[in-house]
Amino acid sequence: MGHIYRTVPNNGDWAIEAHGLVKTFGDKRAVDGVNLNVRAGTIYGVLGPNGAGKTTTVRMLATLLRPDAGSAYIFGYDVVKEPQIVRQLIGVTGQYASVDESLSAIENLVIFSRLLGLSRTEARRKAAELLEEFGLTEAAKRPLKNFSGGMRRRLDLAASLIAQPPLIFLDEPTTGLDPRTRNRMWDTIRRLVKQGSTVLLTTQYLQEADELADRIAVIDRGRVVAEGTADELKASVGSSSLQLKIQNTKDIENARQTVERVLKVRSNVSLETGKITAPMADADRVTDLLIALREAGIHLAELSVQKPTLDEVFLTITGHSAKEDTSETSDEMGEVRV
Amino acid sequence: MKSTSKQLAVNRQLKNNTSFGQAVRNSLTMAYRGLLKIRRTPEQLFDVTLQPIIFTLMFTYIFGGAISGNVHNYLPIIIPGILVQTVIGTSIVTGVQLREDMDKGVFDRFKSLPIARIAPLAGALLADTIRYTIATVLTFVMGYIMGYRPEGGLGYVVIAAVFVIVCSWAISWIFAFFGVIARTASSVQGISMLVLFPLTFLSNAFVPVKTMPDWLQWFAKINPISHIITAVRDLINDGTIGWDFAVSLIGAAAIVAIFAPITVRVYMRRA
Repeated sequence: MGHIYRTVPNNGDWAIEAHGLVKTFGDKRAVDGVNLNVRAGTIYGVLGPNGAGKTTTVRMLATLLRPDAGSAYIFGYDVVKEPQIVRQLIGVTGQYASVDESLSAIENLVIFSRLLGLSRTEARRKAAELLEEFGLTEAAKRPLKNFSGGMRRRLDLAASLIAQPPLIFLDEPTTGLDPRTRNRMWDTIRRLVKQGSTVLLTTQYLQEADELADRIAVIDRGRVVAEGTADELKASVGSSSLQLKIQNTKDIENARQTVERVLKVRSNVSLETGKITAPMADADRVTDLLIALREAGIHLAELSVQKPTLDEVFLTITGHSAKEDTSETSDEMGEVRV
Repeated sequence: MKSTSKQLAVNRQLKNNTSFGQAVRNSLTMAYRGLLKIRRTPEQLFDVTLQPIIFTLMFTYIFGGAISGNVHNYLPIIIPGILVQTVIGTSIVTGVQLREDMDKGVFDRFKSLPIARIAPLAGALLADTIRYTIATVLTFVMGYIMGYRPEGGLGYVVIAAVFVIVCSWAISWIFAFFGVIARTASSVQGISMLVLFPLTFLSNAFVPVKTMPDWLQWFAKINPISHIITAVRDLINDGTIGWDFAVSLIGAAAIVAIFAPITVRVYMRRA
């Protein structure tokens, strides 16, 4: 029909390349010059508090919103100039479930499959297959009104996978889910990437980004304030800390002096728990410390090395805690972190 | 891992435009979605079932004696009038429902799919023709029960029914436009009623135009609703297809040609 068919270029190593994306709503710059580079076959986490510009960024990358400035390419295709091609390469799962409330699960999937060009029988088969995969077969014919939050999310994700898109956007896929359902969602996301997809996920949960993402961009007030692997981000905050628990609390003052003498740092002592915490700049020195403690006749009950948490990373980078902006969700998070 | 992901992308044919055939297929699928929704919530058909029954009864017995001497002589005038008023009135609901629908998350998914941009709107509007059909059939059935026997015969009644449904579908694009630009569903209802109420009453629907003052006659004669009603009367009472029929269809085509593109454009911009 005279259409020019094109395929993804061979240098498609970058699933997403975005430069200087800007979106203004009224006089608020929701996204203020965001740069993102995401390699194909990885999970990329966009981390930030509510209102940081995560969703707006995703909506621009997913052709749902036109950027005011900047450029973005999905597998080398321009989201503004070639939106219809980009849409053939992506799956989008919104923050609120983007499925039809008044229809049943199977009806939803059949309609989306038909829209994607599957025949009637193919659409039915695909819908049944996805329902099975996401453990929704029993609820297939029930209207969505009676679905739990977790079931809705799963159906939403299933709908994004009909065309097996190479790039999947997940906008806060686990917000509002209970810890068990959240863990199942994480497993699903990991499985997707094993099958060769690229995933960009946004989250306000530091732990989630840490668990899942190969690389993380920390976004705050419409800007990327830090980027790297979880370990890099943590390292940028500072060294790990060494925690020692002493068997006999009477030895604790003696132990503290030994620690400070050998490691040449200041340490903190918590008398209630009998714990000594000291920054650990050089792991090699710990050997000397342990020998010194043994010579002094101090017995250890517990020894651990604590890496900085992403919470601390966020605090250091942005000058305010992630929790400040999301006080209502931080309680929920506490449950998971234990 | 990387190579598989590339393969996933490479093996598909990509194009940046949608063909006309795809637009039609997508719209039909969206219409199917609309029908499923009606089946799930049949209570949304209350207006199209009750209104034809109540209006036909009410207006015929109120105005019949005064305008035509008796109810029986008034039926050939009032049935086409009620028909057009009811069915076009029903098309307002299209805009209202579209607004409600668009506020839901599912429209985000439609926008992110590689489908024809017009499909979510065209499909919704297409599904609503089922509502117009119900209203049309019920109006004719009420007329028949009250003793109306159209001179034109069943064939022309069917043509008139299809004609009214086509015109209402075209007009529903105007309300769809209101639906897309308005912020709430109730404001769509408000604006649409404000437009439609004068249009249907300042026409030849209920009374002969020549009883009106001159300035009103002028309006009633150019009123597109009058043309549609006259065309229906010609069809079912005389079995003729006249100038009004052609004018109405040209007008309907013009409405779609103007409102469909701007509605789609606004719909796309409003993310």
